[in-house]
Amino acid sequence: MTDAIQKTEKKKSSLLQLDARTRTRNAAETRFKAYGMIAIAFGLLMLSILVFNIVTRGAGAYQQTFVALEVELLAGKLDEKGDRNLDDIKKVSTFGYTPLLSNALEAKVAELEIETDLKAKKMVGILSKSAAAQVRDYALNNPNQIGETVGFEFLASSRVDGYLKGRVSRDSIGNDKNISPAQLDLADALKAEGSLAKRFNMSFITGSDASDARPEAAGMGTSMIGSFFMMLVVLVLALPIGVAASIYLEEFAPKNWITDIIEVNISNLAAVPSIVFGILGLAVFINYMYLPNSAPLVGGLVLTLMTLPTIIISTRASLKAVPPSIRDAALGVGASKMQSVFHHVLPLAAPGILTGTIIGLAQALGETAPLLLIGMVGFIASNPPDSIATGLLSPNSAMPAQIYEWAKRADPAFYERAWGGIIILLVFLVTMNTVAVILRRRFERRW
Amino acid sequence: MSFVKLTTSALALAAVSATAAIARDQIQIAGSSTVLPYASIVAEAFGENFDFPTPIVESGGSSAGLKRFCEGVGENTIDIANASRQIKENELKACAKAGVSDIIEVRIGYDGIVFASDITGNGFEFTPTDWFLALSDQILVEGQMVANPNSNWAQVNAAFADQPIQAFVPGTKHGTREVFEDKVILEGCEATGAFDVLLASASGDTDKAKKNSAEKACIALRTDGKSVDIDGDYTETLARIESNKDGIGVFGLAFYENNTDKLQVATMSGVMPSTESISTGEYPVSRPLYFYMKKAHIGVIPGLKNFAEFFVADEIAGEDGPLAEYGLVADPELEATQTAVSDEFVVGSGS
Repeated sequence: MTDAIQKTEKKKSSLLQLDARTRTRNAAETRFKAYGMIAIAFGLLMLSILVFNIVTRGAGAYQQTFVALEVELLAGKLDEKGDRNLDDIKKVSTFGYTPLLSNALEAKVAELEIETDLKAKKMVGILSKSAAAQVRDYALNNPNQIGETVGFEFLASSRVDGYLKGRVSRDSIGNDKNISPAQLDLADALKAEGSLAKRFNMSFITGSDASDARPEAAGMGTSMIGSFFMMLVVLVLALPIGVAASIYLEEFAPKNWITDIIEVNISNLAAVPSIVFGILGLAVFINYMYLPNSAPLVGGLVLTLMTLPTIIISTRASLKAVPPSIRDAALGVGASKMQSVFHHVLPLAAPGILTGTIIGLAQALGETAPLLLIGMVGFIASNPPDSIATGLLSPNSAMPAQIYEWAKRADPAFYERAWGGIIILLVFLVTMNTVAVILRRRFERRW
Repeated sequence: MSFVKLTTSALALAAVSATAAIARDQIQIAGSSTVLPYASIVAEAFGENFDFPTPIVESGGSSAGLKRFCEGVGENTIDIANASRQIKENELKACAKAGVSDIIEVRIGYDGIVFASDITGNGFEFTPTDWFLALSDQILVEGQMVANPNSNWAQVNAAFADQPIQAFVPGTKHGTREVFEDKVILEGCEATGAFDVLLASASGDTDKAKKNSAEKACIALRTDGKSVDIDGDYTETLARIESNKDGIGVFGLAFYENNTDKLQVATMSGVMPSTESISTGEYPVSRPLYFYMKKAHIGVIPGLKNFAEFFVADEIAGEDGPLAEYGLVADPELEATQTAVSDEFVVGSGS
């Protein structure tokens, strides 16, 4: 060891005067902050573009064009025998009701002195195909009204609705055989007079899916119920199973290679693509256990499998976060292991468990891929369930599956509804995540 | 622990109701995505006019639907399979093996296949020959089969506009692809004489095997990116055309009729596609649509036969019915189909 002390000339430095090295370090920090801000700004920009796009494209679905008409329920057509026997009235199909609609429109045109070359049959083209069913439903529920003239509000056809919303123009319908300029003229005249108007459309939120011929009548309601029942199944199954599994693994299980393998596998399961769970569900629940196809119960079971790892991981994390002193204190005053867990550790870990569960549910709510394989995509969400059993077991769709289905259909009016559906789904997701954040903020304890 | 009790009772409840509600009262349909819109229109009207619940219609393709159909008989299998082609011999065998022996075949009408491009672009008047020359893997040039040299529609046919070839055709899982191959590409192959050249050089023991291998060589499409297989739905084809204005896509007639503001349709062999020209047989590229029903399920699933009869009734599948309005070409022999349905006439009983 040499004891030669290197004589370095000590540079005079001042904290007030920055030297070159400090300046470069400071510059690097400023640059890094700028990168960070650019990254956040980019993220916010993308988010706002996304939200802007969704809202501008989807807002149209919440407004729908309605036509007010007075329909005479001709007794001669609807109830030939005249004895108001419900079975006889039922024999008249919706096709039998179409002439009533054309009569009503003709009467309206004559009353308002609108000039049009349209034949009565063509005039009906401005109304939705659901109009006849609407009148038939009314007549079946109020057979005593047959013979009277009743005021109805019908949906306008998707083309007329698109015309009022600006999606359809006179130029764009040149080759369209579903609508003619004369029909648009009629719509314009009715609009000027006030019997045709655009207003908020509640049935988009509460209604059922409709076939390709009448996009204007389609709604999210039934598939929302389907999603609700699926989430119920997930909650009822995944929460107790997940919490029990994690309490055992965290508090009771011996540390050996078996529990290590289980632990690794749970983490791996959390990363398995959801479509794999769909195939599993098809093979096990439908083909082997003979559970009904397209049922929310099966969907819920599949999503339970998918959500379980998420819940187990977050529950274990929050159990771990409870300090050992709590357990020691409980054991110290004579509590059994189980009492210490259920009376002291679990309540303290509850906010974390709830947060994890809600986030897991939100993830499951937006999942589409596994539902494709268990038959939840198609024309399915058409009957709102009337009890818990049918809600779980009769075929239904789910919100994301319904959105996917609408995006595939030919009529551009369905495309608008798909975006509208995305808004509803996002509202649900944002609400659930907000609840999770609030729960965490209010009840979480730091040690 | 009340929490645990609640859970177990909920599980028990679910299990009990599962066994109780296994008796299905809703008709289940699956299959071709081409037939899906028609089936859902009928299902909706059926639910409105009868006291039965609205049947559910799943998509997934003709082959997938028929496969599920042939899984067996019983309430946990589907009642009806939609198909955009006739059921195949091997599918019938698979069905019979699983105990699905009495199958009722119902032809609901015809579907036209159209060629459409962006509304702002050039118009086209195609013949099958044009499509063969544009898309085939190999074409006949001076007596020799060579790799397709065409990269521009003007090279294919001097009458066409100077536009690069870019076609979006249905992927092989679609029933539409088969029709496109048989009625357009193969036709063009024969018309250009390429078929004869391929037949002469085809390998095979019998004439039939030779013919098969020549046909197979005919319908091979080029793989250099000029022809793109679309495995998704027509909405995807439309999106591709919107982003690439030179693209020409293959669509169903009903899809085109719903998007006339974005697409212009090309004529085929001088005929404009429409429900009229398809029903008279003038427009060449069309195919029948079917659904298949299990006879064993009639009387077990409530309303099944009513549904089938309703589907082919004049007011639904006829010329003025809602299906024709949506784009289905009504079957001129609808009456025969109606009788077949009401008599529960099964496939293979000699018609």
